[in-house]
Amino acid sequence: MIIGLGHYLTVAAILFTLGVFGIFVNRKNIIVILMSIELILLAVNINLVAFSTHLGDITGQVFALFILTVAAAEAAIGLAILVVYFRNRGTIAVDDATMMKG
Amino acid sequence: MNGAALFFYLFAGILVASAFMVITARNPVHSVLFLILAFVNASGLFVLMGAEFLAMILVVVYVGAVAVLFLFVVMMLDVDFVELRQGFVQNLPVAALIGVVFAIELILVVGGFTFTPEALDMRKAAAAVPVDAMNTRALGRVLYTKYVYFFQAAGMILLTAMIGAIVLTLRPQRPNVKRQDVAKQNARTKEGGLAIRQVQSGAALPDKVEG
Repeated sequence: MIIGLGHYLTVAAILFTLGVFGIFVNRKNIIVILMSIELILLAVNINLVAFSTHLGDITGQVFALFILTVAAAEAAIGLAILVVYFRNRGTIAVDDATMMKG
Repeated sequence: MNGAALFFYLFAGILVASAFMVITARNPVHSVLFLILAFVNASGLFVLMGAEFLAMILVVVYVGAVAVLFLFVVMMLDVDFVELRQGFVQNLPVAALIGVVFAIELILVVGGFTFTPEALDMRKAAAAVPVDAMNTRALGRVLYTKYVYFFQAAGMILLTAMIGAIVLTLRPQRPNVKRQDVAKQNARTKEGGLAIRQVQSGAALPDKVEG
């Protein structure tokens, strides 16, 4: 059997759904939320590369490379903010982050 | 079933299973390790698709940098993860509902779309993959010519992230900690730091040596 575009899109769709599911099911643990965001970005990358190779257009892979860059930067900044937050508050529960709530 | 299909189902199955374990594992260290497994299998999928360069970049960047960063943070922070896991069961129905809705929407989109003839005409004008070139060479030809400013912008984003992470996590210097003052150290001369005394045998120095 031939593995076509639809197979890869299905895998990416399942991965995206799992990422969204992970954000909602681990509402307190911000580390797992960040990991779920990484999964979502990975699903988007799989979509881009699948379309790129299926259509014979390399622009999709260039875009996937930029998404990879932004995802790495986002993880670095997010974890740095997390470390500073933990140093100041002693917890990383998302529910406690209500200082700006007024 | 040929080899490519076999490997596709192997990689895709492990990818989905490990992604599921990332969001349900009790221990966040296990979550990070399953995340690494998911990325490795996704890079296998990229190789199957013919995007070798991105596959290797995925392993280098994600497994080598991002996942290790996650591991550092998970192990560095002294967090009670059992407490953070409370509410997992209460959140489950809402999360399952939202997940099912997303899954149905995506299945409808993936199952229902076709390429219009106009789109197939449009893509002839875009950056086509040369038939003779390898994936890395083809990507480099486009990346360093047509998208060179975007490439530079990506570098600036990484620089910003690096500076931001360092500025955020750098602790201010605590007082009463002895540190080397480089300027003072360089300003020392032989006259200021060294004194030659004649010491009589069996006698102490006449006065205390300064410095």
